[in-house]
Amino acid sequence: MADQARFAEQAMEHMSALYSAALRMTRNPADAEDLVQETYLKAYRGFGGFEQGTNLRAWLYRILTNSYINTYRAKQRRPDEQELDEAEDNYLFLRLGGLEAARQGRSAEDELLEWFTDAEVKEAVEELPENFRLPVILADVEGFSYKEIAEILDIPMGTVMSRLHRGRKGLRKRLYEYAVAHGLADRVDEAVAVPAGDDAAR
Amino acid sequence: MADGDCNDSLEQLYIFLDGELTDSKRASIHHHLEECSPCLERFDFEAELRTVIARRCHDEVPESLRRKVADLLGLPADEA
Repeated sequence: MADQARFAEQAMEHMSALYSAALRMTRNPADAEDLVQETYLKAYRGFGGFEQGTNLRAWLYRILTNSYINTYRAKQRRPDEQELDEAEDNYLFLRLGGLEAARQGRSAEDELLEWFTDAEVKEAVEELPENFRLPVILADVEGFSYKEIAEILDIPMGTVMSRLHRGRKGLRKRLYEYAVAHGLADRVDEAVAVPAGDDAAR
Repeated sequence: MADGDCNDSLEQLYIFLDGELTDSKRASIHHHLEECSPCLERFDFEAELRTVIARRCHDEVPESLRRKVADLLGLPADEA
């Protein structure tokens, strides 16, 4: 019992982050709430086996991720491995012409915050195929290390890195489309945007 | 400015921003960024973008969920 009282004390503070991640995974509030409850229940029951002093946050995310994969992936009937259209590196940066804002004395962060709404950034993340979405959430939103992500998702570190790289490219491409929709950037013809030599050089 | 340095740096951009480079590689990128403003701009852009993505992806926990989990864990509602 002492264990479980201690669990409650330590685990509650992670709920906001876990709920946000659950929403990005399930893409709907009812499922996200169920997933968070399931995660806390499993963690509470298993807390006796959790080694104190190790990473509680990573452990909670591992339970969250496994629960999501077991319950919701089956429900959504999505294939395990999904591909992303190849986007070039530097996609968003090249399209938006870098830090126009900084040159005018405004911070890039202020400018970027104005470019995209909450809903757009969330949607851009949620639209990523799952095998790219999970590493992106864990790294870019939650700030986990490659090693932690490898353990949470139970995949090799090299796979974490390659999925992150491609997931981030996909995310930037989607964000660019929002920038175009807002009239912040011109639609660029793909054929012009990606010179043939670019691919050949890789 | 050597293009090779720029290519090397950009290739390592995410790993650098993820804080996962070895000290010596990290130092050599720092050194390159001090001399190369286009690369610095690019790194800044990505660093800021990451901050924005993280900030935009935050959702408030519904009070009803907070209460349910507190109940589940046997916590009094006011401690939740």
